[in-house]
Amino acid sequence: MPRGALSAVGIAAALSIALTSCSSSSGPAAGGDSPAKGLVVGVTSDPDTLFPWKATQFQAVNVLQNLYGTLTEFDKDLNVVPGLAESWETSKDGEQLTLKLRQGVTFADGSTFDSEDVKASLEKIMDEKTAAVARASLSSVKSVDAPDANTVVLELTGPDAALPANLATVNMAMLSSDDTEQELTTTPNGTGPFTLSKRVASQSITLARNDKYWGPEKPKVPTVEFRVIPDESSIVSAMQSGNVQLAVFDDPLVAQTAEGGGTITVAKTPQLNYHVLQLNARHGELKDVNVRLAIQCAIDRKQVLDTAALGEGEVTGPITAPAYKSDPSKRPCPTRDLAKAAGYLAKAGKSGGVTVKTIVSQGEYATSVNEAQNLKAQLAEAKINLELEVLESGAFVDRWVAADFDAAVALNGGRPDPDGSYGRYFTSDGNLNKVAGYSSPELDKLFAEGKATTDQAARKPIYDQVAAHLEDNAAWIWLFAGYTYTATTANVQGFVPMASGSLQYLRTTSVS
Amino acid sequence: MRRIAGNRAARRVASTLGTLFGVAVFVFVMLRAIPGNQITAGLGTEAAALTPAQKQALEQYYGLDQPLVTQFFAWLGNMFTGNFGYSARSQQSVLDLTLHALPVTFELAVFSIVLALLIGVPLGMLSASRANAPRDAFGQVVSLAGLSIPAFLLATTLLSIFAASFGFNPNGQGFATLIENPLLNLQQMFLPALVLGFGIAAPILRTTRTAVLEVRSHDFVRTARAKGVPERRLQVRHVLGNALVPIVTMTGLQFGYLLGGAVVVEQVFSVPGIGRQVLLGIQQKEYAVVQSTVLVIALAFVVVNLLTDALYRIIDPRVRAS
Repeated sequence: MPRGALSAVGIAAALSIALTSCSSSSGPAAGGDSPAKGLVVGVTSDPDTLFPWKATQFQAVNVLQNLYGTLTEFDKDLNVVPGLAESWETSKDGEQLTLKLRQGVTFADGSTFDSEDVKASLEKIMDEKTAAVARASLSSVKSVDAPDANTVVLELTGPDAALPANLATVNMAMLSSDDTEQELTTTPNGTGPFTLSKRVASQSITLARNDKYWGPEKPKVPTVEFRVIPDESSIVSAMQSGNVQLAVFDDPLVAQTAEGGGTITVAKTPQLNYHVLQLNARHGELKDVNVRLAIQCAIDRKQVLDTAALGEGEVTGPITAPAYKSDPSKRPCPTRDLAKAAGYLAKAGKSGGVTVKTIVSQGEYATSVNEAQNLKAQLAEAKINLELEVLESGAFVDRWVAADFDAAVALNGGRPDPDGSYGRYFTSDGNLNKVAGYSSPELDKLFAEGKATTDQAARKPIYDQVAAHLEDNAAWIWLFAGYTYTATTANVQGFVPMASGSLQYLRTTSVS
Repeated sequence: MRRIAGNRAARRVASTLGTLFGVAVFVFVMLRAIPGNQITAGLGTEAAALTPAQKQALEQYYGLDQPLVTQFFAWLGNMFTGNFGYSARSQQSVLDLTLHALPVTFELAVFSIVLALLIGVPLGMLSASRANAPRDAFGQVVSLAGLSIPAFLLATTLLSIFAASFGFNPNGQGFATLIENPLLNLQQMFLPALVLGFGIAAPILRTTRTAVLEVRSHDFVRTARAKGVPERRLQVRHVLGNALVPIVTMTGLQFGYLLGGAVVVEQVFSVPGIGRQVLLGIQQKEYAVVQSTVLVIALAFVVVNLLTDALYRIIDPRVRAS
């Protein structure tokens, strides 16, 4: 009936006018809304788990390391410093690590932290049933003893210089021996500088200052809210309007946009993570080292960096950790040399060219497909056909995990300790060696030597040899390391960005 | 007569249930056909480092060690017994998640449709009032713009302009529901509803124009005009009134789509609606979240269609009579 229908349209019109007037009249008031005393951090996703031993997602790690404590920690330069363990000592034969625990530390629920919690935590991490992601980092630990409340003794199978650094990740967080995984997934109970205050799934997670935190300085902000804004450009808009004060970006384009407005400061930190063309030396044509070396010589890494990532990064060798950094100029063919590449192909008896099936993920990180296309174009000039298979990230992970590829364009996580970064990939019994596709008795020996050497000055030349071996054999083709961009508004002080992308220095951050 | 009507209703209910079951099976199968599972979605490439025993423990935790048929019926059981399954990521039942997301999407859909009608119907009438004249061209340009400007572009542009130039960005403040903070909520809904409404206005405008042109050619319009019915009354009451059926059909269809969630717009404006819930579920391979939410969306679509049919009966006496 026309009359009814017209009434409906009339109501719709009235509603709409009310909405529009409401919106426009109240707009400026909201726009001028000043930030609360707490800090708001813009994130694209909320944590996929609150259980620290299983957290690998960047957002989850960032939240959890503010809630939980670890036996050791990294300082801003990624040196290992005391955490819940005040000091540690290795026995002369290197088979015993004794940790002295900090006293007077409490969990968020008020219970006291002691050696029983450390023993229970480490034993559970080592138990396969827990499915803790850092289990392999404790492979040298035979047993854990707690002779008194403040002392923990780790019996080792042999010297392990990487162990103190391995204990510093949030995947090694110390949990109360009374807590279960089920409880902690809803109610975190850690010794970190903050405690969980409120969580609204997919929208925000708010932490409150832990006034009982053991550190010399208590956190400066009363609260930190990780606010979920799924789109990075929308985070920039939220910073411009003063609703968000801090955010970490990976995409150089977004960082440029943020900086462009003039109200946001963007700090660039070289990343530990590295972009790489992973080769599978156990597959097809790549079994021949000369084919791999031909690829090594046919690539201008700077061109990949400039084309795919706006030149935002540095060409890198295998090791990106500041204390052990590889020198990319020492690799075979530090600059592109097509004649040499042709020579290597001829040596391999493949002067007519080779085809390398390469997997690329789409959407996992911003530059992947552009990198792959540039690599393909460059290698085509050396008669190397990079056959690209661009996959959705789930499909990419499946193929990567199964080592079902000749080559893979990847962004891999670097760690502060080179053994942590590459021991698992390139030792013959490493848990990722199947994916790395390369191992050698020399590398096994070098990694073992590196683990057994506690003096950092003495370790550096060992890992230089590791890096040289990897590049001389073109195990993989290391390309470049990008930057992490930490964007802050003018009223934020005291935040220290880290090469690991960690937000642990939220505890020293203040908002004026 | 009553028995025929009863049979018709029973057939309709049966076909609706059949459709929903088909949707359930289809989504279940599709999700398992996509590479990856909750373990690899959560751990990424770190999943390669799992020992067989660790992998087994995780499969048990996520229920992936069960046969597919068992998984399907366990989930279907959850649909009927109440909690729709469980989301490990957010530590909430899918029912709770949906009860938060669906009203947000419903509200956004209502506002978007209202804006779309406000733009589309008057402009459609304006276009039809003189076909092929400049005013018609204007209507056509607006409808073309609505159809061809991608929502993500319009959304990002509006957000950037408002935030950077006017410091107006209610969507950056953390979402507030209509009950918690009505004023902030309405502000947060304004830009997303505008973007969606503009896109939907285009088909409504085109439908209105065509329907009005068609009705205007009927004899009763000429008769009414000859009898001296004032022009405005003629246009609104006689012409638009009789052109409502196709407009309502189009509006119902668009409303149904909106209830499925507007993923892009929800992402850009951080609106925690049903579209984002499905997207997150797919990204994290949370099967129960995706299956249950898609089923709720399908049900909403069916209900909107039924309501649209009922509306025909109100606005068109001929439907009622038949």
